[in-house]
Amino acid sequence: MTFLQILWFILIFVLIAGYFVLDGFDLGAGVLYPVLGKNERDKAVVRRAIGPVWDGNEVWLLTAGGALFAAFAPAYATTFSGFYLAVMLVLFGLIVRAVSLEYRAHDPKWARLWDVLFTVGSLLPALLLGVAVGNIYAGIPMDAAGNYSGVPLLGLITPFTLLCGLLGLAMCLAAGASWVALKAPKPSDMQDRAAKLRMPLQIVALVLFAAVSVYALVIVQPEMAAQLGVVRWVFAILFVVAVVAAIMAGKKNCDIGSFVLQSAAAVCLVALLAASMFPNLVVASADSVGASITIASAASSELALSWMTGIACVGVPLVLIYHVIIYRTFRGRVADDELDY
Amino acid sequence: MDLLTDVALLSRIQFALTVAYHFFFVPLSIGLGLILAINATKHYRAVKRGDASAEQEGNAVRFWVKIFTATFAIGVATGITMEFSFGTNWANYSRFVGDIFGAPLAAEALFAFFLESVFLGVLLFGRNRVSLKFYTVSAWLVWFGSCLSALWILIANSWMQTPAGAQLAADGSKAVITDFLAAAFNPSILPRYAHTVIALLIMGAFVAMAVAAWYLLRGKFKEFALKTMKIGAVVGIVASCAMIFAAHASAVLVWEEQPTKMAMMEGMYEDEIPPLYAFGWVDENGEKVLAPFAIPGGTSFLATGTFDTEYQGLNSLAETEKYGDINPSELPVNLVFQSYHLMVAMYGAIMLVVILALVFTLRGGKIANMKWLQRLIVIGPLFPFIAIQTGWITAEVGRQPWVVYPSVSGPDGVSLLTNDAISQSVSAPELLITLALFIAIYAFLLIGWIRIVKGFIQKGPVGDEVAPAQDMTPTRATVSAVPATETASASAVETADASKEGE
Ligand code: HDD
Ligand code: HEM
Ligand code: HEM
Repeated sequence: MTFLQILWFILIFVLIAGYFVLDGFDLGAGVLYPVLGKNERDKAVVRRAIGPVWDGNEVWLLTAGGALFAAFAPAYATTFSGFYLAVMLVLFGLIVRAVSLEYRAHDPKWARLWDVLFTVGSLLPALLLGVAVGNIYAGIPMDAAGNYSGVPLLGLITPFTLLCGLLGLAMCLAAGASWVALKAPKPSDMQDRAAKLRMPLQIVALVLFAAVSVYALVIVQPEMAAQLGVVRWVFAILFVVAVVAAIMAGKKNCDIGSFVLQSAAAVCLVALLAASMFPNLVVASADSVGASITIASAASSELALSWMTGIACVGVPLVLIYHVIIYRTFRGRVADDELDY
Repeated sequence: MDLLTDVALLSRIQFALTVAYHFFFVPLSIGLGLILAINATKHYRAVKRGDASAEQEGNAVRFWVKIFTATFAIGVATGITMEFSFGTNWANYSRFVGDIFGAPLAAEALFAFFLESVFLGVLLFGRNRVSLKFYTVSAWLVWFGSCLSALWILIANSWMQTPAGAQLAADGSKAVITDFLAAAFNPSILPRYAHTVIALLIMGAFVAMAVAAWYLLRGKFKEFALKTMKIGAVVGIVASCAMIFAAHASAVLVWEEQPTKMAMMEGMYEDEIPPLYAFGWVDENGEKVLAPFAIPGGTSFLATGTFDTEYQGLNSLAETEKYGDINPSELPVNLVFQSYHLMVAMYGAIMLVVILALVFTLRGGKIANMKWLQRLIVIGPLFPFIAIQTGWITAEVGRQPWVVYPSVSGPDGVSLLTNDAISQSVSAPELLITLALFIAIYAFLLIGWIRIVKGFIQKGPVGDEVAPAQDMTPTRATVSAVPATETASASAVETADASKEGE
């Protein structure tokens, strides 16, 4: 493994973490939309809270996908084609939710339909992306050329991967509730409800995290237990600390603190995943003909990686500046006169 | 070729459908993005001058922002499909080109998509939160971002047409980059970029003119219509004139780099000095072109400047080592021929419409009374639409049977047959399911888009009707002290502004 290969392994997980944090809260808000949006006005608040930022958030996923393609093409090819139907469900979800979010306010006759599509479209990625992660971690059957050789779709669903999916969903929901609590006009009934919903969701996330961890250590890959690096312990502990702190901040009515800590927890979770995967990108299950896809076996040439590093050095600061601009412009709570646009 | 079991064929159909659909919305967003930015600038100037027209200009900006966003949303949603499709449907392709092709995709997201999405957020929601100057700059940045995104994705596409800066890996399993800049600035990128972006600007101009003509026909918003017509006609004429050079460059490039595509475009089975056809029909069994008239040596002249350059036909190309994979009797020669000639014909129609529009708009707005011309302009967007779709069909189908084309100047061995590019782990039934779902979802979205845009156009560029009760709430990031009431909501959003409509 060269320096650049490891750098790109890390960068891809940074992009995934960015996606999980940012789109996590707007997917979560989308799933909670029917619960939080009790009336027209509340629904408008939820939409307006994520309206200016959801597209930029989603671009993190596209960048992660593009970077995976560029840096580790075999991993991109194997996972996207192997999880074909699941990826398509994620895709259809992202498609309909994007459009319904933009169209809902301007199409009163179809309001109900757009509402349903928005919620379902948010649920599919929030749930299925976790299932996908569970699979690459637990291992999938692969043929000699590195193609997935298991049963389509259903083969990907095991108790463990389902738990991973639920953990991902719970994290999105907790982030979504935190975001709405942070953005909704205060005092308002809806802000109250979002803040009340936050803690139970965070506790569910903690419980699921414990379940996934035990499952992963005891059943999925027992040999991993022996080589538990310090790094993994650090991230696992940080995760728990961050969620607990987020709960406490929420109890003190510090909405911003709760949201930031919840986001930090999401980052820790991805970091834990990265530490657990390293140096694998896609693990081959025990019954595989093919070998696991690793950093060394999948990496692009050094020349390609160094150009990409150059591109990232220019692009990443720009992206950060854009984010500062947009989140600053739309800082603070949604004002009532901003609901129709 | 069995439609129900052939994974390669089904993947191609799915790709072609989804990309053609994406590329219906992309031209609208890039084209209208410019119209929007021009309007934003005019509004900014009017406000700075303290013009009475400032309010109307502001309404025009908001009108275009709404139409633009409705279109952009579908462009974004369907673009994700394309980005994923290389991994989902073309896994072997991804493994083969990853070293080269992934970087432009990642760069597109990093440099272009973030830029577009963030400043679109400002355009859509930020009117009361940023200064007018910043708002205007945002409109230009969104447009700039979309042009940048076109550049990166076309770099990727052009590399597949004319590979450069790469070599075959020692084990022959994949292409490896040797020179990044040579790969990015491959032989066909500049002509292709110029040709495509100009095409999209023509599309935007035609849509703007069509909206204007529709209002003139209905006798509504006359002032707005004439202004818009002028912007559209000016952008349209500039772009159409520039098109001659870009289009010629594209054609010359094909003639130099992609001999089998050139032979398909002109229906050449045998070696010949290519004549120039305006239209014709390729008799694929008889292997000849049926055309009532042709300028002998015309195409040869356009390509090289002399009337007697001989080009190889498909049959002799099939005997060469480089192009031995083609089977002339199976190639869709007529499809490529027709697409190509249709595109060129559309150029004539485009020129005609834009010149008429320009002349009668500038001449004191005579166009306001010319029903026939207004009707022609309302259907005008069809012409660039057809040209754009057939242009891509020419470029992409003409490249078959390769997905990475062995171009004349391309490095030896860096080429890939489409049939070898598929995903082995995806089966035909899975593809049939997703194909059906794509068709259903995309058709539904199209209906949704039409409803929304129709609504915006019917309502027209009128001010936003904010219910008086809501007007009092403080702006900016302040916390609203008014407790939530259930009533203050949708009704205000929905009341159509009938009163202002009849101006
Ligand atoms: C970045 C790459 C790229 C871009 C920008 C485009 N295409 Fe393409 N196209 C491909 C990359 C590609 C491909 C991956 O290379 C395909 C898939 C299978 C194949 O043969 O080539 C292809 C196939 C393909 C086919 C099927 C050809 C056949 O089966 O014979 C059609 C009709 C189009 N494309 C049309 C388009 C349109 C309308 C585009 C406008 C946006 C477009 N392509 C942009
Ligand atoms: C097969 C090739 C293509 C791929 C993989 C692709 C990928 C994408 C993706 C992922 C998005 C969504 C970005 C977001 O969320 O903001 C998108 C949108 C966009 N794409 Fe494509 N695209 C393709 C073809 C093209 C071409 C040929 C052009 C231009 C010439 C283009 C121009 C755009 C633009 C301007 C947008 C912004 C949304 C819009 O304008 O509607 N794309 N594309
Ligand atoms: C004089 C008229 C024209 C000529 C000679 C011409 C020539 C060409 C050629 C040779 C190609 C294939 C390029 C390749 O395969 O690499 C092409 C593609 C294309 N054309 Fe045209 N064209 C003309 C007019 C137009 C017009 C009016 C439009 C749209 C408004 C248009 C849109 C396109 C598009 C979108 C493509 C695909 C992108 C590309 O490959 O550049 N063309 N054109």
